[in-house]
Amino acid sequence: MTTGDPLIVLDGVHKWFGPLHVLDDVSLSVDRGEVVVVIGPSGSGKSTLCRAINRLEPINEGTITFDGQPLPAEGKPLAKLRSEVGMVFQSFNLFAHKTILENVTLGPVKVRKEKPAAARERGLALLDRVGIANQADKYPAQLSGGQQQRVAIARALAMQPKAMLFDEPTSALDPEMVGEVLDVMTSLARDGMTMVVVTHEMGFARHAANRVVFMADGKLVEEAAPAEFFANPRSDRAKDFLSKILTH
Amino acid sequence: MGEFLRVLTDNASLFRDGFINTVKLFLIAGVGSLVLGTLLGAMRVSPIPALRAFGATYVNLIRNTPLTLVFAFLVFAVPKLDVNIDYFPSACIALTVYTSAFICEVVRSGVNTVATGQAEAARALGMTFAQVLTLIVLPQALRAMVPPLMSVLIAMLKNTTIAAGFSVLEAGAIPAYMAERGEPQFAVLTWIVIGFLILILPLVVLQRFLERKWAVAR
Ligand SMILES: Nc1ncnc2c1ncn2[C@@H]1O[C@H](COP(=O)(O)OP(=O)(O)OP(=O)(O)O)[C@@H](O)[C@H]1O
Ligand SMILES: [Mg+2]
Repeated sequence: MTTGDPLIVLDGVHKWFGPLHVLDDVSLSVDRGEVVVVIGPSGSGKSTLCRAINRLEPINEGTITFDGQPLPAEGKPLAKLRSEVGMVFQSFNLFAHKTILENVTLGPVKVRKEKPAAARERGLALLDRVGIANQADKYPAQLSGGQQQRVAIARALAMQPKAMLFDEPTSALDPEMVGEVLDVMTSLARDGMTMVVVTHEMGFARHAANRVVFMADGKLVEEAAPAEFFANPRSDRAKDFLSKILTH
Repeated sequence: MGEFLRVLTDNASLFRDGFINTVKLFLIAGVGSLVLGTLLGAMRVSPIPALRAFGATYVNLIRNTPLTLVFAFLVFAVPKLDVNIDYFPSACIALTVYTSAFICEVVRSGVNTVATGQAEAARALGMTFAQVLTLIVLPQALRAMVPPLMSVLIAMLKNTTIAAGFSVLEAGAIPAYMAERGEPQFAVLTWIVIGFLILILPLVVLQRFLERKWAVAR
C-alpha cells in the first residue's frame, strides 16, 4: 500500500568512511505505509543507508527528511526523532541485563515518560502479538534467536513508531527460526506500517514489499515492484546478483 | 610478646587517632574520586569532542604526576593563590584528584567491555547520552569494573599515608611520633601493617560479594 505521501525522503545523500564512498548520491522516497526492501551485495552500503535514516550514521552530503522535517543534528530533537523510528538489528541487541518485559517497557517509560502500568500493559500486549507473552520475566540470553528478534520487534513497536527499519533481521538466525520472524514482519506490513527492510529473504520481498531497491557500490542502481524486479532485472549488477542468490 | 602488645596499649590513642584519620581520608576521597572518576569516564566516552579531550588530558596529566607532587601543589602552591585550605581537606582533594584519574580509566575500560550494539539499540529508542550510560551501559560494565576498581581503592588506601608528609596525622604519621617517644620501630610498623590489613579486609570481602552476585545475574 503506497499513499503518495512521503514519510522518509533521502535526497542526494553521500557518505564516506575515510576514502571509501559508502553512499554515492542516494535519493530515495518512502511513502507512508510503504514497504521497501533493500537488497544488494555485501558491502554495498545497505546497513549504512538504513542507519543513516535515524542518524545512527551521520551523512556527509545531501538531506534526509522524516515526516517533513530534516533530521536534527543532535541532542533532544534527534532523540525525539529516533523515538519515532523503530530499528531492528541483525544481532537483536536486546538489553542483556533487563527482562524481556523490561526491554519492551524501558523506552516508553524512560523516553516517552509513560506511566509504568500503562507501558507494562501495552508491553504485554505486544509480547502477546509476537508470541512471547509467556516469557516476559526471562532474560534475553534464555531465549532462542528467533524469540529474541521478535522481542526486539516488540521493543521497537512499543514506542509506537511512525516507521520501522530492519537491518537483516533474519541473517543471524538458524533457518528454522527465520519464518517466525518474517511472519511478524509480514503482519506488520499488512497493518500498514512504513518499513525499510534490508534482507536477502526473497520470499518476504515478493509477498510483503511494495518496492525493491537494489544497491551496489553505494549507489542505488535499480528500483522496481518486486515481481518486476525478480522477473526482469534491468541492470547487469542486479542480474548478476540475482543469479547468484537464486541459484543457491 | 608482652613488649609488642605494650607498644599498642601504651599508645592506643595515637594509633586510634591516626587510623581514624586514615579511614576518614579513605572514605571522603573514595566517594569523591568515585564520583569525579565516573564523570570523567563519562566524558571520555561522550559524543562531544571537547569533553572527550578534557577527560583524556586530565587522565594523562594526573596519572603521570607523582602523588607527592599533587599533594605539594595543593598544600604549598594553592595557598600562594590566597586560597587557604586546611591540611586535612587539602589531603582529601589531592587524593581525590589523583585517584579519579585511575577510576576514570576503570570506567572507560568497563564501558568498552559492553557490546556496542547495546548502546546503539538504546540510542535508537531515543535515549539521551546520560540515559544510555546510566540505564544500559554502566550497569552492564559494573561487573568487569569491580576487580580493577578494588585495586584502585586499595592503592588509594595505601596512598593515604602520603598525607603524613603534609602535616596530616594519619596512620602513616604514627612511626615518626613513636620514634620521638622511643618506641621500638619494628613493633610500631608491624602494628601499622596489621591495621592496614584490617582496613583492606572489608574491601576484599566486598569484592568477593559483588563478583559472586554479578556472576549469576546477567
Ligand atoms: N564504521 C565503519 N568504518 C569504516 N568502514 C565502514 C564502517 N561501517 C561500514 N564500513 C564499510 O562501508 C561499506 C558499506 O558497509 P555496509 O555495512 O553499509 O554494507 P552492507 O551493504 O550492509 O553489507 P553487508 O551485506 O555485509 O551487511 C563496507 O565496505 C564496510 O566495510
Ligand atoms: Mg549490512
